[in-house]
Amino acid sequence: MKEVYLDNNATTRCYPQVVEAMLPYFSDKYGNASSMHTFGGQNRHAIEAARHQMAELINAAYDDEIIFTSCATESNDSVLFSAAEAFPDKKHIITSAVEHPAVLEPCRLLESRGWRVDFIRVDENGRFDLEELKSLIDDKTSLVSVMWANNETGTIFPVKEIAKIAHAHGALFHTDAVQAAGKIPIDVQEVCADFLSVSAHKFHGPKGIGALYVRRGARFVPYLVGGHQEKHRRAGTENVPYIVGIGKAAELAKKRLTDGSIQKMAALRDKLEKGIVAAIADVKINGDAQNRVPNTTNISFGYIEGESILMYLNDFHICASSGSACTSGSLEPSHVLRAMKVPFEFAHGSIRFSLSDENTEADIDLVLKELPPIVERLRAISPFYKQRSL
Amino acid sequence: MWDYTDKVMDHFKNPRNVGAIENADGTGQVGSLICGDALRLTIKVNKETEIIEDAKFETFGCASAIASSSMLTEMVKGKTLEEASKITNQDIADALGSLPAEKMHCSVMGMEALDAAIRSYRQGGKPVEFEQQEEKIVCRCFNVSEEAIIKAVRLNHLKTVEDVTHFTKAGGACGRCKADIQKILDKVNGMVQAAAVQKSFNELTIVEKIKAVEKVLEEEIRPKLNMDGGSAELVDLSGNAVKIRLIGMCSGCINAQATLKNFIEKTLQEKLDKSITVEQA
Repeated sequence: MKEVYLDNNATTRCYPQVVEAMLPYFSDKYGNASSMHTFGGQNRHAIEAARHQMAELINAAYDDEIIFTSCATESNDSVLFSAAEAFPDKKHIITSAVEHPAVLEPCRLLESRGWRVDFIRVDENGRFDLEELKSLIDDKTSLVSVMWANNETGTIFPVKEIAKIAHAHGALFHTDAVQAAGKIPIDVQEVCADFLSVSAHKFHGPKGIGALYVRRGARFVPYLVGGHQEKHRRAGTENVPYIVGIGKAAELAKKRLTDGSIQKMAALRDKLEKGIVAAIADVKINGDAQNRVPNTTNISFGYIEGESILMYLNDFHICASSGSACTSGSLEPSHVLRAMKVPFEFAHGSIRFSLSDENTEADIDLVLKELPPIVERLRAISPFYKQRSL
Repeated sequence: MWDYTDKVMDHFKNPRNVGAIENADGTGQVGSLICGDALRLTIKVNKETEIIEDAKFETFGCASAIASSSMLTEMVKGKTLEEASKITNQDIADALGSLPAEKMHCSVMGMEALDAAIRSYRQGGKPVEFEQQEEKIVCRCFNVSEEAIIKAVRLNHLKTVEDVTHFTKAGGACGRCKADIQKILDKVNGMVQAAAVQKSFNELTIVEKIKAVEKVLEEEIRPKLNMDGGSAELVDLSGNAVKIRLIGMCSGCINAQATLKNFIEKTLQEKLDKSITVEQA
């Protein structure tokens, strides 16, 4: 039985065209791009072509504003620790309460080392509080780091306004655009971002390769040192096959933004969401329904627990994820849902469906057929469902 | 993904005894919507024999919470209240094959609901909420008392704060109580050790001595020798003279004598009695 894969915010299928583009660089064209001989040195052209493809996806003004990294976590860490290193007199960083751990945890680490870190709140729909940002930013703020789109709810943040506020106070602006890349158009020039992180495996590229956009002129201190690669900004022998892979994936992602794939995906997401709301009582959509990436829906099923739902969906080879405590091994529901003050009877029963352009009507029909009885079954066991109106 | 046993999956997918007994003789409740798991257990008890004739459950929670509840109802049916009250969380986990460490609190929830249901019966059938003593709450996030932590530590031989979190959830949210949990661990485990030492080594029977030496070997000595690819076994014991055979990489090691005297003998002396001597077998 084929998987009905609705967990594309976790990772995506590496497209065959991407794998095909990568393959020659493992065993045939294995030379070191830094070598003097043609055999190795010609791989430099492959890297620069990929850099151009990546720059195109985010509309960077210059190709050399792209640095290849091992993953978006490395990109994020690089920016945060760079800010700490580059601005020793401005020990204040602002981020949001709903960032991915790849931003939250380095921020907390800096906090423990004496930096002042503010975590901007969101409202019950997951919307960013611009007023709070304005009230907290000052001339000691070195960096504002706010995600472009949230991984759990898909909510898009007003990055352009945030960048404007940051720059007005002399701070740099970084955005973790991992969940935006490939789903919505990204234009670093229009937004005036100084730094931007992406990861290939979230847009049908391979795992283990990411990119960091560093605007020309933005102060940046390298995180990995020990080599001249990436113009001394990220040492380590270039991972040629994976760089070729992220380049190809970026090229394909850019095409999908305009060829109707995204609209088709959005229509399926809407069909899924509407179908669930129509068929099942006591559900709640989490996130800003008016302003979301087109592939994500986060739905809470009241009075039951997310892991149980996922385990039943798994029987039908339906892959999704949950913000419930039990799935992660932690004991609390996701920090994103808590920041949104989703009531506990809903937070524990949240399911995230995240589509790709490969999903079909049949996939959605299967979920709409199988999910209602699963929810009904779990609610029959739940001591709270009967009491909900009491 | 969790490695659930087939038994866990069976009881999750085909839960036994779902529902609530009407006019139940005992109703025990534990957990809440906030905690993320909750269990309501109802029992029907024969007043003459005090045998639990029926048990039903309703559970809000993950697969292992549902499976633990289902298994609990199967285990208590047919038992007297006296027998049922001896069921521990480990018994529930064992009956399910096993539970992932992070999910042990699901089995603890079963034990607590049963405890509350039995108390409910004794108090005339009015539903009883498993309650932690308010003045001794250690973990405010999950409302876990010192008593509950001590019980879990004793029953399951817990050693670290992480263990306590896996079994009771205490410390699993904000983490502010972790230092308090460590203190409780120190106290309980310290007391356990103190109790063992109370009777001096010389007063122990030969079997007790062997057990005591074996315990120190297992907990303190072998783990360290294992790191170098070696180990040690107890060969003989006479009075306070212990004979040890070094095995693996330790046998024939040029430092064998130092290992025996400076490490094994010293550790046994520290843990058990100053007069212990160690010789190579």
